[in-house]
Amino acid sequence: MDRIAGIINLDHEQDVLDELTYFRCSAAVPFAGRYRMIDFTISNMSNSRIESIAVFARRKYRSLMDHLEQGKAWDLDRKRGGLFILPPDWNDPTDISKGDLQHFHNNIDFITRTLADYVVVSGTQNICNINFREVLEEHKASGADVTVVYKKVEELYPEHKRAHKLTIDESGRVTDIHNDQRSNNVYMDMYILEKNYLYGMIEDCIAHGCSHFFLDGIKARLPQIHMHAYEYEGAHALINSVESYYRHSASLLNGANHDDLFKEEAPIFTKVKNEPPTKYSQDSNVTNTLVANGCVIDGQVEDSILFRGVKVAKGAVIKNSIIMQRCEIDSNAVLENVILDKDCRISNSRTLIGVPEKPYVVAKRVSM
Amino acid sequence: MKKECVAMLLAGGQGTRLKSLTKQIAKPAVYFGGKYRIIDFPLSNCTNSGIDTVGVLTQYEPLILNNYIGIGSDWDLDRKYGGVSVLPPYVQSEEGGGWYTGTANAIYRNIKFLNQYDPDHVLVLSGDHIYKMDYSDMLDYHKASGADATISVIEVPWEEASRFGLMNTNDSGVITEFDEKPEHPKSNLASMGVYIFRWDILKRYLIDDANNENSSNDFGKDIIPAMLGDYKKMMAYTFDGYWKDVGTVASLWEANMDLLKEKQELELNDYSWRIYSKSPNQPPQYISHEATVHNALINEGCRIHGTIDHSVIFYGVHVKEGSIIQDSVIMPEAKIGKNVTINRAIIAAGSVIEDGAVIGDPSPKSDITLVADEDSVLAKSYLEQIIK
Repeated sequence: MDRIAGIINLDHEQDVLDELTYFRCSAAVPFAGRYRMIDFTISNMSNSRIESIAVFARRKYRSLMDHLEQGKAWDLDRKRGGLFILPPDWNDPTDISKGDLQHFHNNIDFITRTLADYVVVSGTQNICNINFREVLEEHKASGADVTVVYKKVEELYPEHKRAHKLTIDESGRVTDIHNDQRSNNVYMDMYILEKNYLYGMIEDCIAHGCSHFFLDGIKARLPQIHMHAYEYEGAHALINSVESYYRHSASLLNGANHDDLFKEEAPIFTKVKNEPPTKYSQDSNVTNTLVANGCVIDGQVEDSILFRGVKVAKGAVIKNSIIMQRCEIDSNAVLENVILDKDCRISNSRTLIGVPEKPYVVAKRVSM
Repeated sequence: MKKECVAMLLAGGQGTRLKSLTKQIAKPAVYFGGKYRIIDFPLSNCTNSGIDTVGVLTQYEPLILNNYIGIGSDWDLDRKYGGVSVLPPYVQSEEGGGWYTGTANAIYRNIKFLNQYDPDHVLVLSGDHIYKMDYSDMLDYHKASGADATISVIEVPWEEASRFGLMNTNDSGVITEFDEKPEHPKSNLASMGVYIFRWDILKRYLIDDANNENSSNDFGKDIIPAMLGDYKKMMAYTFDGYWKDVGTVASLWEANMDLLKEKQELELNDYSWRIYSKSPNQPPQYISHEATVHNALINEGCRIHGTIDHSVIFYGVHVKEGSIIQDSVIMPEAKIGKNVTINRAIIAAGSVIEDGAVIGDPSPKSDITLVADEDSVLAKSYLEQIIK
């Protein structure tokens, strides 16, 4: 079996989720009741038997490191390979690299030392359940230099505005990468290539002063480079704004969407918290809601997502909201179209109401 | 490397009174509380008490138990020195082999394991009980009193006392007499099956016991009476908290129902005393539009479309529309079809209950229905339904 190494490149992911990215990078934002965004990327890699994964982190990575630990949750605490979190501590006086090439240059040992023949490079903002082995098979069959992953979206939403789009010919070859607002071929910020090819490209990019490996190095050379497009057909959510975060969270309440993303044969792993099962009291009234473990529910919850360890007191009402870890909602509080970050406390009879298009976001550890 | 105290967990019990729940697995591997197996409680108690060396003595149907314990990482017992060791019976060159003949024999045949750690004290535990206990407090008490053995006891109601092994003590807590299930109890202090022994003393008694052909090689029947007979200093350590033997279908059901009481005796949502368990790694539970949930414990991966009332639902359980589950325990990955009615029942892991089935008897005095061999039970309930 071919060996594949993984690189999770967070360098170009902006902190666009308002209060949710005040204290953490977007890869570490909690999602779907018990996960962080990056869990999907790492689990996809780990389920594709990618056993050596580097994370290129630049800013706000404290929460990320706390979450990933040694990679145990993804079975990545390995003697050979495993998980490497690589923050920007680099001290090479001859270094002339710029932008994300700094990561590639200063962590070149990860690439040269790995036994893998192929490397998958991915961001974390495209939530999906993908098998990179299938991408590799198609990559090899196509004879391409680079294979990029894209999703043909049925409907364009505001989050797709900023995404790159692909023009693809009949043979599946990418002829252009652009921001055409009418195109449905959304590039998912994932590509696969041979390790030696990657190594050569890195050297070349640095020599030519590139600061963005994918755009300056690969996209800019497009006519010469043979780039193949792999169409991913499963569940997909591009999250690059509070609005898209909120809408895609709510879409998980639809059973079919949920089952497309959470597959028994390719589970999504996350850090284990050892919470007990959730307790529902005699007075609880919960409908159409995803609930993680460790919650204690005495109140009313509709069309919402509760993360681990949330307490909802008697008489409290929560609708269309996302309540993150360990929040406490006191009695008779009313929350509607709200996103509460971790450890918030909403006291007695408080009312917070946002609108579906612009949910009310409360930053971590706020009491009100 | 020396360890002050090593725990030995007796996990070989067959648990025949749990009927088909233990057909394939040892009793300590039986599910409890929506998430756990019984053995999670003593193992987590060890970790939380700072005891990092645990021998688990297995014998009956060890496959699932061995696999479940692994190298102990789920309980933080994967240690460089010590940690968890699974100890099945094995063949020795001089004595030959054979099964463990009793609880004392199981420890006797692992003297070499214990000697590796040169412990001062040995904590003997059983894998049959649900409780949260700080063994380090008991060890402190044992050391401070200078006892040769300390036995943890719990006060039980006088009218039930004759079901237990009872310790008669004097005013200072010294055990004067041990009565195994007496007709006329003189004390209501029941042994919890938790012992701490001085290892040098216990070793002597184990060797003597092994040489005694008439012995049944049991702690309660042989070792404790022999030590009392020799006037060894034996102390009773009174435990004040929730403790339950879940040896029968009824008591297992009852202990699960205890978790639903408003006032918690066994608080599982306790950050300072977590009960650790292997994580099934499933997405959050989903409570649908049609669902009604009251008074329930529900775990991850469940998809609830029916009515759950006063029940404990393990991970990965699906309950379809129109089904009603009352006063029941649904074990992992059971799939409940549409319009099913379940009352006062335990549904074993992986059972598939087909649409329209009726299981269990709602009247409060009725026996608990156990569905483990799903085909036969379901066929019967189907028949009953057709006759109605």
